[in-house]
Amino acid sequence: MNGSSYNIFNSSNYFGWSETQGVLEVIQILLPEIVLAVFSMIVLLGAVYSRKNKTTSIVFWGTATTFLLVSIFIIFRGAAVYTAFGGAFIDDLFSRYLKVLILLSAAIILMLSQDFLKRNNLFKFEYPILMTLSVVGMMMMVSAGDLMSLYMGLELQSLSLYVLASFSRDSVRSTEAGLKYFVLGALSSGMLLYGSSLIYGYSGSTVFSEIFITASANEKSLGFVFGLVFITIGMAFKVSAVPFHMWTPDVYEGAPTPVTAFLATAPKVAAMGLFARVVHDAFGGAFNDWSQILILLSVLSMLFGSIAAIGQKDIKRLMAYSSISHMGFALMGLTSGGLEGVQSMLIYMAIYVMMNIGTFAFIISMEVDGKPVSEINSLQMYSKTNPGRSMALLILMFSLAGIPPLLGFFGKFYVLKAAITSELYLLATAGVIASVIGAFYYLRIIYYIYFGENPRALDQTHSLFNQTVLVISALAMVLGVVNLFGLEFVSEIAANALVN
Amino acid sequence: MEVLVLFSPLVGALFCGFGWRFLGESLACWVATSLLFLSAVLSWILFLKFDGNTQNIAILRWIESGTLSTNWAIRFDRLTAIMFIVITTVSSLVHLYSFGYMEHDENFGETESYKPRFFAYLSFFTFTMLALVSANNLVQMFFGWEGVGVASYLLIGFYFKKPSANAAAIKAFVVNRVGDFGFLLGIFGLYLLVDSINLNEIFQAIPEIANTKLTFLWREWNAANLIAILLFIGAMGKSAQLFLHVWLPDAMEGPTPVSALIHAATMVTAGVFLVCRMSPLMEYAPLAKNLIVYVGAATAFFAATVGLVQNDIKRVIAYSTCSQLGYMFVAAGLGAYSVAMFHLLTHAFFKAMLFLGAGSVIHAMHHEQDMRFYGGLRKKIPYTFWAMMIGTLAITGVGIPLTHFGFAGFFSKDAIIESAYGAGSNLSFWVLIIAAGFTSFYSWRLMFMTFFGKSRSNPETYSHARESPITMLIPLGILALGATFSGIVFLAPFFGDHQKVNQFFGISGPESHATLSNSTNHVTKIEGKVHNSSNEQAHYTIDSKGSKGIDVRHGQSTLGKGGLFFRNDNHVIENAHHVPKWVKISPFISMVLGFSLAWVFYIRDPELPRRLSVQQKYIYRFLLNKWYFDELYEFVFVRGVKALGKLLWVRGDGNMIDGTINGIALGIIPLFTRLASRVQSGFIFHYAFGMIIGILVIISWFAISGGSS
Repeated sequence: MNGSSYNIFNSSNYFGWSETQGVLEVIQILLPEIVLAVFSMIVLLGAVYSRKNKTTSIVFWGTATTFLLVSIFIIFRGAAVYTAFGGAFIDDLFSRYLKVLILLSAAIILMLSQDFLKRNNLFKFEYPILMTLSVVGMMMMVSAGDLMSLYMGLELQSLSLYVLASFSRDSVRSTEAGLKYFVLGALSSGMLLYGSSLIYGYSGSTVFSEIFITASANEKSLGFVFGLVFITIGMAFKVSAVPFHMWTPDVYEGAPTPVTAFLATAPKVAAMGLFARVVHDAFGGAFNDWSQILILLSVLSMLFGSIAAIGQKDIKRLMAYSSISHMGFALMGLTSGGLEGVQSMLIYMAIYVMMNIGTFAFIISMEVDGKPVSEINSLQMYSKTNPGRSMALLILMFSLAGIPPLLGFFGKFYVLKAAITSELYLLATAGVIASVIGAFYYLRIIYYIYFGENPRALDQTHSLFNQTVLVISALAMVLGVVNLFGLEFVSEIAANALVN
Repeated sequence: MEVLVLFSPLVGALFCGFGWRFLGESLACWVATSLLFLSAVLSWILFLKFDGNTQNIAILRWIESGTLSTNWAIRFDRLTAIMFIVITTVSSLVHLYSFGYMEHDENFGETESYKPRFFAYLSFFTFTMLALVSANNLVQMFFGWEGVGVASYLLIGFYFKKPSANAAAIKAFVVNRVGDFGFLLGIFGLYLLVDSINLNEIFQAIPEIANTKLTFLWREWNAANLIAILLFIGAMGKSAQLFLHVWLPDAMEGPTPVSALIHAATMVTAGVFLVCRMSPLMEYAPLAKNLIVYVGAATAFFAATVGLVQNDIKRVIAYSTCSQLGYMFVAAGLGAYSVAMFHLLTHAFFKAMLFLGAGSVIHAMHHEQDMRFYGGLRKKIPYTFWAMMIGTLAITGVGIPLTHFGFAGFFSKDAIIESAYGAGSNLSFWVLIIAAGFTSFYSWRLMFMTFFGKSRSNPETYSHARESPITMLIPLGILALGATFSGIVFLAPFFGDHQKVNQFFGISGPESHATLSNSTNHVTKIEGKVHNSSNEQAHYTIDSKGSKGIDVRHGQSTLGKGGLFFRNDNHVIENAHHVPKWVKISPFISMVLGFSLAWVFYIRDPELPRRLSVQQKYIYRFLLNKWYFDELYEFVFVRGVKALGKLLWVRGDGNMIDGTINGIALGIIPLFTRLASRVQSGFIFHYAFGMIIGILVIISWFAISGGSS
């Protein structure tokens, strides 16, 4: 790959990219992404030309294994910082932290999906392939160092997700969900692009490091700030921050449950990572501008997510609002700025993913008479038939509500601490109030499980894997108290890589 | 060994309180009891082997915060040694006694297990009390102070099914808090002035404190006086002195062994201990000392008068305790700390015995406590009778005047009365003499009403009355020995001549010239300060030994060295030895008068008291209702506080806080929830519209405010 053929990228040597960066070097840097992209294409070709029924299972396992191997590869990459394409692709500890999180959660969700898909006649090889492609997109997102690579990653991820959301194409609701997601996603992409063009117009570059210089200027033109606003809004759509959250409940409810589980975990991590990347690498100098937007988004998300969730009868919709509220908390960490802010956001996201995987492991296996259900009502007196899983669910719900000493509490604790350190007292107060309101609907689920009135018989689940994940996740909520599984240390060096 | 004494009750408490499910009920109780006996034996060994030199035994690093830095450490001096034997001896005997007394308690059902809880509380109390007396810093002492408060609360309210017991427990706790507040302020004050909470450092700094002024409650005080008074307020609460005494009689709601241990022998003496422990401070706080004398004398008199007419056997003894504590405070306030400790020691024995004896009577009479329904029990429960008799002889101070023969109270109480005369405090002397007569009257009244005359109980109860089990009688026997002989044995060290007292308490003599030359520089510095403060001048000029400088040096060198501290101008004990003969005899006369009057009232003419009470209706009512203290407090404090509490509860908490929360939770939030559901219509153009609105708002905001710039 020759520098001269990428003129746009050439403008900066900020990340130490040299004219002489060879093809092999670039491949080496992008190895995880390339491996996954190539893998998905090979599988696509291979599966088309083979007997589907037998290979599908192999594809599932193979994909999960590949995710796992790639994440191990990333972990052992050490602390070095690599950049490619003139700074458009950045591989540092921050992106590695998020990539590992994305890959692991995607692998687990993929395995959790199997049983559900089989029972609902959705067990097709396209599913893991779409997931792989969207994971590649996410990995691009968190490594983006340029508005164009940003957009590329974002769209690759989003397009795969649109398809996944309507994966159950015979179901009206699933297709409706996919369509809604697509249309609104297109709207948000438009805004993002509009913002990007404004930024390019005012700073003369799409590379973050160049934008950074313009953003650090004392006098910023209003056009530049508008560009910032639009880009922020485009990303706010992806993390489903209020008031750009509208798609979330409908898509979560309509999409097949495993897809919902996926939507709630890995893409959120990627979008949050991208968010942090953009506001720090590109707009680090305009902290006072974007922090105003983020505070608004954060407060609205936390409060709206908590309040709207109260009225929900469907557990998937409830989890949608729950994730909106949680994203509000993560944004609070980001808003606080600095090392501590980013670190708290990273911790929060990791804990959030752990809790959601456990909860969805249960929701995926919720069935009555072989049909998947998601009404909260169907959980009534669940503790009578399944005390063990009820207990695991209870721990997860408490953790989601942020009740000490469970892991979920520490997520909130770090975020609130960061907000207090930055003297965002009102924001922190709003967060506490929101978590109090939020506790209500988590506790209501527990109430149904333990004190409900009309016992409904949920089917006994058959998937051992789902049960194991549920239990492990619940145990993690309790055992993580000891040292947060080293999260504090890892997230600190990851945040350090971004902020400094 | 000191550590073992201190912590074995705690181990016992933990074992008994938490381990009884595994150990079994009786084994758990025996573990606690035997650990206490171990503790008691060790403390006697320590006491007898002790040479009087203060030791500081650090156990662990405790507090480290700014300049506040302290160990958890035992300060072992004579004062601690005395308290150790008193506490552990009485406590171990009470443990043993409780096996009998608590065997079948009708306040609890057949299946309920209450004994291990009781023993655990008792052991826990003992630990905290030991922690209090062994503290080498004020915060540790405060830990013990509050710890005994908690234990006392738990034990008074032990019969938690009785509303009266719960009320009494709360009353005790609240009244004690009032005192504790003073104590805390005192600690704060000392920390403020000395920048340390360790007793040693505080004692060293006391001459300086005495020359410092402190502003408190809008006026300037001499710091030593102020702090001494604040500490004394704490002592008043714990030791049930007048104005803060109201909790003690009610504390009798607890089981009788508790009354004996906590509310007679040990915890209530904590205040006396505190004053004696802070003797270096008290010696420099003449105003506070006067206050202590007055409050003590008033309490002694007041409680004795109330004791005259009470009918509940335990209440009589409770008021008697209150009164005797007043005696101790008088002694401490006069500067005769060793005499106060002497009375504390003897009182612990005979008062514990009286209580345990009363418990034995109550046990025999099926938990009847009203003396009007006793009578003629002498034959039924002879051992108890004799024990009570010894206790009564001891408390009334029976002995042969001008000789060294008599029961324990004869020595210690007479020592206090003589000290009062010796110190030239005529008022307190006469008050104490009168109180001694009252003491004799109510003690004998108790004996006569209980054991003599005809039975006034219902015949069935009377016929069923029988002697208590052996576990209850052994403690009575041992305490009887103490009540009889502790006076004779300990007279010399506590109330002997100067040298003996000094040696016993490890106070170095004033003639140590070696230290004089060493600290000459220091002397001049202090001396300069002395001259500057005019109000302290008077005390230094009456030094008998020599110049002012030497007096200060002497104070400086011995401050905090021994168990007690006497300034050179403190000659109370010596003067007490040289009082006229009529002074020495007068308590005896007073006692005999009291006895005779009681005999006339309750043996010769049992109808006389009733006629008198009718004739002197108002005085009788006044005394029976304890000088209307409860009613006064009810009117002045309780009602207002209750009204305030109710206001805050009903209006503040109920209407405002609950109302706000309920309003938000039941009214506003559901409204928002419904709104949110309405917004979530499912129509894609609504959603897009929402997003556009959002953008519009943000963009407008930036357009108007111009962003950050």
